[in-house]
Formats: sequence, C-alpha cells, structure tokens
Amino acid sequence: MNILQPRAPGRVIPGFGLSLGFTIFYLALIVLIPLSAVFLKTFTMSWDAFWSAVSSDRVVASYKLSFGASLIAAALNVVFGGIVAWVLVRYKFPGKRFVDALVDLPFALPTAVAGITLTALYSNNGWIGKYLETLGIKVAFTPLGVVVALTFIGLPFVVRTVQPVLEEAERELEEAAASLGASPLQTFFRVILPSIVPALLTGFALAFARATGEYGSVIFIAGNLPMVSEITPLFIITKLEQYDYAGATAIAVVMLIVSFILLLTINLLQAWTRRRAGKK
Amino acid sequence: MSAVLDKPLVTPQTTTRRVKTNAFEPNWVRYTLIAVALIFLTLFLFVPLVAVFTEALKRGWDTYVESILDPDAISAIKLTLIAAGIAVPLNLVFGVAAAWAIAKFDFKGKSVLLTLIDLPFSVSPVIAGLIYVLLFGAQGWFGEWLMEHDIKILFAVPGIVLATVFITFPFVARELIPLMQQQGTEEEEAALVLGASGWQTFWRVTLPNIKWGLLYGVILCNARAMGEFGAVSVVSGHIRGETNTMPLQVEILYNEYNFTAAFAIASLLALLALVTLAIKTFIEWRLHQSRSADTGTTERTQ
Repeated sequence: MNILQPRAPGRVIPGFGLSLGFTIFYLALIVLIPLSAVFLKTFTMSWDAFWSAVSSDRVVASYKLSFGASLIAAALNVVFGGIVAWVLVRYKFPGKRFVDALVDLPFALPTAVAGITLTALYSNNGWIGKYLETLGIKVAFTPLGVVVALTFIGLPFVVRTVQPVLEEAERELEEAAASLGASPLQTFFRVILPSIVPALLTGFALAFARATGEYGSVIFIAGNLPMVSEITPLFIITKLEQYDYAGATAIAVVMLIVSFILLLTINLLQAWTRRRAGKK
Repeated sequence: MSAVLDKPLVTPQTTTRRVKTNAFEPNWVRYTLIAVALIFLTLFLFVPLVAVFTEALKRGWDTYVESILDPDAISAIKLTLIAAGIAVPLNLVFGVAAAWAIAKFDFKGKSVLLTLIDLPFSVSPVIAGLIYVLLFGAQGWFGEWLMEHDIKILFAVPGIVLATVFITFPFVARELIPLMQQQGTEEEEAALVLGASGWQTFWRVTLPNIKWGLLYGVILCNARAMGEFGAVSVVSGHIRGETNTMPLQVEILYNEYNFTAAFAIASLLALLALVTLAIKTFIEWRLHQSRSADTGTTERTQ
C-alpha cells in the first residue's frame, strides 16, 4: 500500500490501496490478460502465414464491405442523427419525450432481435421490403442490408453526442448574426455548424467504431455470401468453425489495431469537443 | 461510446426552455426538419419495435405462450438470468472500486487506466469470444490442464458468464466515475473528520449520493448482459437446452424457419429493452429534479 501513495497531501480518505489494487487486478484478469492472448497467439505464426491469412481475396472483400458499409452508415447517421438532435433540442412537438427516449432503443435492444426484425421488415414480403421491391431495390441479403443494420446500430451515437452541445450553444450568437443581416443559411453555416462539428465528428467516429465490430444485427440481414455480403467478424467465426485458430486470430489482430486507432481518434476528438465548449 | 453513456448524467442541464422557438428559419424549414426526423425515426426505430410484437403474435396468443413455455426456451431464459446475475454484480463491485480510486484520489497514469477500462467497448463482440477460445479451447493456453482436470469452461456455462462479464465490464464504472468526480470528496472528508470509519462513510455518505447513477449503470449493464449475442455465440457451442441464452435461442429458431417462436422470445428481449428505457428515462428525470433542488444549497437529506 505504501508504494502507490496518492499524490495529494493531507487527504483523509481511506481505501486507495484497496480500491486501486482491486481495479487493476480485475482489469488485468478480465480484460488485459485475455486480450494479450490474441497478440501472443499471432507471434507463434510466421510473417508469411500471418500475411496470407490477413490478405486473402475473401478477407479483403470482407474488409471492404465492413469498413465501406460502416462508413456509409456513419455518414447517414451524421446527416439524420444531426437533424434528429436539432429537432429534439430546438423544436416543440407532440410526443417529443417519447421520441427522445426511443432514440436509445438500439442500445437497449439486443442485436439479434434487431437483426431478425430488420430482416423480416426488408425481405421481399416484409412491410418495407415489398414497397422497395416494386421499385426494384433489394435490401435484405445484399450489402445494402448491411448498411441498414449498421445505420440502426449507430443512430444513438450521433444524436447523443450532438444533443448536449446544441443545448449548451449560445443562442445570442445566432441572434447577433441574424440582426447583423446574416441569412438563415449563413447563420447555419457560419455560426451553428462550426460549433457542432467536433461533436458530429465524435459521433461519426463512435458510430463507425461500433459498426465495424458489429455482428448480431448484421448476420441475419446480410445473406453472408462470401466475397459479396460477408462481414469481417463473421469471417473470423467461419475460420474458428474450421478450427483455423491462427487464421481467425490474425484477422482479429487487424481489427483490434483498427479499433485502437479509432479509440485514440475518439479520445482526441472528445478532448477537442471539450476545448471548443470551454472556450466559449 | 462512453461519451454517449455519460451524457445524461454529467452535462449540467442549464438550458432554460424558451416558449418561443427559433425565430430565424422560416416555418417551412422547421416543419420539413421535424418531418424528416420523425420519418427517419419511425422507419428505423418505431416500425421495427412494432414488428417484433406483431410477428410474435401472428399465430395468436396460444402459440405465443406455447413458444415461451417450450422447455428449451425456459432453459435459455434461465441461463440468461444466471449469466446476467453473475456478470452484473461482479461489474458493479468493480465499477464502485474503480470509481472510488479514480474519483477520490489523484495518481499517475489515471488517464491510461480510464482508457483501459473503456477497452471492451471498442472490441468487437466476436473478438471478445475469440479470446476465451484462445485461453480455454482445446488448443488454448489452459486447454490441456482443463482437460486433465475435467473442467469445462468453453462450450459450457462458465465460458458464457466470462464472455458476458467482459462485454459488460465498463458499464457501471463509466457511469460512476464522472458522477463521483463531480461530487468531490468534501462530504466524505467531513464524515471521516467527525469520526466515521471508512466503510461507514461509504455506506452512509457515498452510497446514498451515487445511488441513482449506480442504478443507471446497473440497468444498462443488465440490458447488455442479457442481450449479448456475438461474444456468447462464439463460446457457447449452441447446445440446445444447455448452453443457449435467449439471443442464441432466437437465432436457432430463426434459422430453423420457426419465425413465430423466434419472435416470441425476441419479444421478451424487446420488452426488457423497453423496461430498460423506461427506467433510464425515469432516473434521468430524478437526477434532473435533484440537481435543480441542489442548486443554491449543498444541503442533502440523509
């Protein structure tokens, strides 16, 4: 207990050694040691074996789908999530509280439930799918279905990061801009948009990060055709089912590195958002 | 992800609601934006929610009850309750300990610790399952030792519990850390100076102050624990009546084209989601109330 003394002098609060000790022990046991197994496993592979596992045609096609669909879904969420956040903060309409609570549904609804429901809705004879069918658009069992599922999953991230920033925004600035002769469009692009850009980007990165790793909601609607609609997490499972543990782990390492880069980006974006908010 | 979960508790909601709405944009812009937002939310959130229950009740109430009372379904419900019943308390104790260490003390490496606690949020559920296969699988680090001692972790209940603990690891900690940081240490210091022991201070002073935040973290943690699919799917082995949780049972029934039964179990999980959202909204409202009551005075009822 004496090794890790709190730096602030004169503190009377007890339990530093116990609480930090337990925190680090539990973190190591549940998260750090198991995660390190992934990296250690890849060290048993030769570089060539690793490279061929992570760069086969089929896995490259899955990266393209996973990252491409995640990008499109996150971009859709920035547009529509931004509008939803704006409407929820600025306007009054009947049922607003209900709508506000409903935004968190994708967090609370188990992904498998979301998956089978979206598939039922967007298949040829589903409530939405049958209308799209007459327009010649197929969603279920195509890459478009992956985008739909990932949009559902990512929706709350953008809304919930932009909402507090809009609530804190100073309306006086907009009023000043308007009274100085700015048109509504100019006010939006010159005053409002710059203040919410960090939050929009954070929301985008959070939705993107969640979407790249998503599994449950996607596999039902995707159809899972190799080279066409097979996402990277599913490919890891396919490798595991073939008892190719090394191959599965190599792909997992690639995904983990991408996640860590995203996590770092998100932390930097959040620091930026806070600085922006603090400056005003 | 943390930013999203933190939001309702941390941001001081100082907005004064104005009666007059924004005066700058023309009315047609306002109505178009509201319409776009509502159509988008209806298509992506409301219609799916209604569809779960419609599909579940398609063949009538009797079939619905029958699907839920099926022995495999009952055993899946039991296993889900067991997994959440172990994972949530473990992560609750961890969350309180981590928040105590991080919020009440200053030490080097705190921001690294915070990032590490967030780590499970950014790991794909499939990879969360994979790590336990690498540890406890037949070819894994402990595989041989476990076989010799006839202990089953993978494709058995312990593996499912471990994967659930990993996935829901940060939930309670992420709610409590910002809340306890905001509350500072003055009240605890006062109690200690007046002669309370450390544990007395925790039970009598800290716990009452964080109870709503704690409950908030617990219900989110529980919703995720009961609904987790990817990680559990990797470690479960899908043995009917033995290692299937509710989401896995949904998958199996769906893949057997038994859609009504799949949606019946899915509807239970959707109900859980609705209850979670309702409690969450209630807690946010309570916190908002207590915060407005708190402003101006630091007095607290015991």
